[in-house]
Amino acid sequence: MTQEILNAITQAAEGAGATRINSVRVTIGELTEIVPDALQFAWEALTPGTLAEGSVLEVVETGGRSICLDCTKEFSHDRFERRCTSCGSYATKVISGDELLIDDIDVDLAEDASDGEAEG
Amino acid sequence: MEIDLSRPILERNDTLAAANRVRLAATGTFALDVLASPGAGKTTTILATLAFLGDRFRVAVIEGDIASRVDAEKVKASGIMAVQINTGGACHLEADMVSRALDALPLEELDLVVLENVGNLVCPIEFDLGQSARIVIASVPEGDDKPLKYPSIFAIADAVLLNKVDAAPVFDFDETAFTQGVRNLNGAAPIFRVSAKTGEGIGEWAEWLAERVKAVRAASL
Repeated sequence: MTQEILNAITQAAEGAGATRINSVRVTIGELTEIVPDALQFAWEALTPGTLAEGSVLEVVETGGRSICLDCTKEFSHDRFERRCTSCGSYATKVISGDELLIDDIDVDLAEDASDGEAEG
Repeated sequence: MEIDLSRPILERNDTLAAANRVRLAATGTFALDVLASPGAGKTTTILATLAFLGDRFRVAVIEGDIASRVDAEKVKASGIMAVQINTGGACHLEADMVSRALDALPLEELDLVVLENVGNLVCPIEFDLGQSARIVIASVPEGDDKPLKYPSIFAIADAVLLNKVDAAPVFDFDETAFTQGVRNLNGAAPIFRVSAKTGEGIGEWAEWLAERVKAVRAASL
């Protein structure tokens, strides 16, 4: 999983002519089996020697939310119970909390770095 | 400089899975992803199911294991076409591995491909393989609290098999608690009580599968 993130952002950064990746923002849903701490650990293990060496991995966590297919109410829930909290129906559909997304990255560009700082 | 990516982390796998799905649909082949913990009886249940279905479908099994060929050999010994995938340490199948295994099979001659995933109730979940359906096999000796410990896998299952029901008298297995645990996560999946060893319940589950295999085959004709 971490390797997939690293591959994707390295490709994007190289495509943009970046010399360094400063930070990466990912969204991880609470209903997935991904443990943010484990991602951080893997990040520190995998990034040395890459453009993302020393970068910050920011994990945005989203909570579980579903819509009831019977009473159409939306409700929040944990990983263990997805029953409708209003009518008790089992017919529910997850609308949030199952995300596994790379949102964006912040990079330094080779030639613009000094210009950018001068302007800023 | 900020670069917006807004893409799924597993986009590469998702793309390959979609390609597998297109390929399987074109040949009218149903792909069943079988998920369970190690020792739940995946191979035995698959063999019992295929034995029950007899010659109604043209079938192959793709065996996913970290190492070894024992499961593929077991399937082949039953006269069923089998391909072994060794994941080389990976704890789950990925779409590219399945794609290569499909290359080794005469898909246009097959109605059903069973994908026996690596024994694991966590890692396979996020990796779409291009399957038509996913089932989870839980077994009585594992305990009735499996849905509480591994909620996600029960939430994504199209059907749940409770295997080794013949062993129920030996274990303190609360079937009501198990069923309730599954229902809290998944309102739609049927729960089949089976014993791959004695054959109990295999027919009912196999007919559920057969209906879906037939529908996919009919859709391609």
